[in-house]
Amino acid sequence: MNIDVHGPKILFEIPILGGIRVSETIVNMWIIMAVITLICFFLGRNLKVKNPSKRQLVAEKAVIMITNMVTGVMGKRNAHWAPYIGTLLLLSAFSSLSSLTGLRPPTADLNTTLGWALVTFVMIQATKIKYHGVGGWLKGFADPVVVMTPMNIISELATPISMSFRHFGNIAAGLVITSLIYGSLAALSGAVLGWIPVLGDIPLFQVGLPAFLSIYFDLFTSCLQAYIFCMLTMVFVSNAQE
Amino acid sequence: MELTRAIVLAAEAVGAGLAMIAGIGPGVGQGFAAGKAAEAVGRQPEAKGDVTTTMLLGCAVAESTGIYSLIIALLLLFMHPFASALN
Repeated sequence: MNIDVHGPKILFEIPILGGIRVSETIVNMWIIMAVITLICFFLGRNLKVKNPSKRQLVAEKAVIMITNMVTGVMGKRNAHWAPYIGTLLLLSAFSSLSSLTGLRPPTADLNTTLGWALVTFVMIQATKIKYHGVGGWLKGFADPVVVMTPMNIISELATPISMSFRHFGNIAAGLVITSLIYGSLAALSGAVLGWIPVLGDIPLFQVGLPAFLSIYFDLFTSCLQAYIFCMLTMVFVSNAQE
Repeated sequence: MELTRAIVLAAEAVGAGLAMIAGIGPGVGQGFAAGKAAEAVGRQPEAKGDVTTTMLLGCAVAESTGIYSLIIALLLLFMHPFASALN
């Protein structure tokens, strides 16, 4: 029984600045970025006001859905956040869904999700400063009483940590559980069918069964976590404006 | 030295299992949230979309503690922080 659970492999090294190590995560992210760029290019070509093509209708539907989601959560005045939220949603969903094709999902690496969560953290603080001024931002830490300042600072710092760990943990747990199931199914089919000459060497039980798990771990969790990450970003940013 | 290492590895495995006891909390919490959501949909079927969205968001936030314990368990299982500190 060989169960292979490991972190992202280092694929190659760029020999500048003391060697930048390029891991599987980064290469897979490049692939996903290329795929998203191609899809956007394909959907965004030849836009017309009269007689729109089916492609254009799909693109319009997607844009309207994301805009409605953003305005529904953050209000009409924040409609300009829709492009960022839409990008984040697409990138996160595609990254997690890439595990369906056998790639190692980039979101199963804490670096990716922590990067996104830090962007959200900076946005929250920048929005607070923009709407309340530097004085109001600093005063917000001493709310409601001065004694609470350490607690407020911890809760601010906990936001990116909890967001990144949530996304990373869900995807990585799916990866680990799927590998464990594959390993145990191989062992099971070896134990049950091992006495048949040719058939015994093929892990027959691995066919079909993991697909049902994949529906939950790959499809459902991926889409849900992408949605939740965007939702939390929107909620935090719109709370920071008050 | 071999024995020490074996004991530390075993303790890491047991610790990973113990860490996952924290999975009880999110399970109970999410079950409670889902039950309340089912009640709300039963009372107001037309608000199903909003209720589901709110429930999923709440479930995701309630899940955090479970995810933290999962991270600890994964660290213990695959990173071996204590066994590598021995060498």
